[in-house]
Amino acid sequence: MSTTSVPVTTTPPVAPPVAGAAAKAKTKLTSPWASLVAIVIALLWTIPTFGLAVTSIRPEDDIRTSGWWAFFTDPQISFKNYETVLAAKGASAMGNFVVNSFIIVIPSVIIPVVLATLAAYVFAWVKFPGRDVLFIVVFALQIVPIQVTLLPLLKLYVKVDLAGTYWAVWLSHSTFALPLAIFLLHNFMKEIPPGLLEAARVDGAGHVSIFTRVLLPLLTPALAAFGIFQFLWVWNDLLVALTFAGNELAPMTLALANLSGSRDQAWHLLSAGSFVAIIVPVIVFLSLQRYFVRGLLAGGLKG
Amino acid sequence: MLIAIAIFAAIVGSILAIASRFGGKRGDRWVAALFLLPVALMLSVGLIYPGVLTMINSFFDAHGDAFVGVDNYKTIFTSDDEINVLINTVIWVLVTPFVATGVGLLYAILVDKARIEAFAKAVIFLPMAISLVGASIIWRFVYTYRPDQPGVKQVGLLNQILVWFGFEPRQWLLESPLNTFFLVVVMIWIQAGFAMTVLSAAIKAIPDDVVEAARLDGVSPWGMFRFVTLPSIRPAVVVVLTTIGIGTLKVFDIVRTMTNGNFKTNVVANEFYTQTFRADNQGLGAALAVLLFILVIPIVIYNIRQLRASEAR
Repeated sequence: MSTTSVPVTTTPPVAPPVAGAAAKAKTKLTSPWASLVAIVIALLWTIPTFGLAVTSIRPEDDIRTSGWWAFFTDPQISFKNYETVLAAKGASAMGNFVVNSFIIVIPSVIIPVVLATLAAYVFAWVKFPGRDVLFIVVFALQIVPIQVTLLPLLKLYVKVDLAGTYWAVWLSHSTFALPLAIFLLHNFMKEIPPGLLEAARVDGAGHVSIFTRVLLPLLTPALAAFGIFQFLWVWNDLLVALTFAGNELAPMTLALANLSGSRDQAWHLLSAGSFVAIIVPVIVFLSLQRYFVRGLLAGGLKG
Repeated sequence: MLIAIAIFAAIVGSILAIASRFGGKRGDRWVAALFLLPVALMLSVGLIYPGVLTMINSFFDAHGDAFVGVDNYKTIFTSDDEINVLINTVIWVLVTPFVATGVGLLYAILVDKARIEAFAKAVIFLPMAISLVGASIIWRFVYTYRPDQPGVKQVGLLNQILVWFGFEPRQWLLESPLNTFFLVVVMIWIQAGFAMTVLSAAIKAIPDDVVEAARLDGVSPWGMFRFVTLPSIRPAVVVVLTTIGIGTLKVFDIVRTMTNGNFKTNVVANEFYTQTFRADNQGLGAALAVLLFILVIPIVIYNIRQLRASEAR
């Protein structure tokens, strides 16, 4: 049985693309100037990354004495930078920080996704007094900048002895994600035809079995969409890590930021380190891009 | 980590198990309460309680001991350093959304229906997956400066381009006030992909017959953009502008990674962090956090109003 046979669409600020827009093709700007501008923009958006990528595979001495464009006249390849950076031990080793990033990111995605799905189900499909007011409160919490919460939260963690543990990081990331997650998943859930739930109810299914057997399979794309958001957000986060993780549990972003601050001209380390940090979200992003765009159009960008 | 996931699974499992015992109309309330319990706990302890506490702290002194009224806010608007922080933040919030949206919109129109549209879009889109820290390092490398001496080659692209054209290399990140704009470039570079994706979808949603009718009337490409495309995608443009605006207001990673707020590049979000966790001035830090919050609110209200207006039409 195909679980994705029912299309779960979003409630975007913009409607999905209309098929068969062949007529429009003729009206687009076809002048060579238009192509030139597009190419210039594309180059501006790729060359900086490309330059650092080339740098990361050049020998340290070359990096220090010439620009990365010299690579094309004198190609010297070395993976020594990556070896140094990925090692688990050593002054410039960042292997442990990559592991930390994974330890931080996995629960920080699972916990809010699961809890938000439960809450979104209640807000979308269970009637109880005060539901609308509560939902508006959750909706409004989206605009609270996390800066407002950091110091009191840190003091709270110190009080209950969670400061400097992964628990503080996991719980913070999960909490900060909830308002947007609930809002987004609620929108997706509202799109499911009520008849489907009604039918299950007539068959004698309770809330739990409707939730797990009927809704969850249909929500997979929505969960994927939010999951990617949260993954990118947590993996790329600096502020929460800086506040709650400290240098012991530091993820890759924090390690890189520290390196950038202390050895700002160590480009052989910075380039390779950046690429290690970049490659994971880029892979996730490219392989699940479809879901990401859908989530984006549903209004899910965390500020 | 595995233990944490196991504990979490046990909690969710027991919630589901208890909830499955309830049925009927009365059961609804119990199920609702059970499903909402963890969320309500986390939001009130992790978001509402600390938020309220910060608001209160913003009226107290550096260590939260003595009530000082609005002194912290006065500092923000009178001290020279803080005024510079405010000016920079205004520059960020004014420049980033408009330039990023402009570039995103231009690019979306240019590559619309092009043969390699998907690839062309991915190129602009990809920086969104890169962390602000990573992007800052990428761009700091572009701006890198080597002393202008014989035998010393530039390794930063921007300075090398200057040298190729016969100019002297410059310390881009040290010279105020231009350095703030060089930092803003990084944010634009990241956000343009977001603008392009949303606006591209909006452009594709314009009904064919509208475009066709305009074309038959002999509208020029500029006229088409001005009188057909732009009015049709106006709500999407507003959403993009406000979303990027809110994101930019809280920008922290770029400033911290590239200049650490030195050389007059500081912004509110970075100053908040410095005051709260480095300078140990909790009162001022809290006031800056509250200021961020207050600045977000009008943007959000404008956004909601625009959405309402476009729905009513």
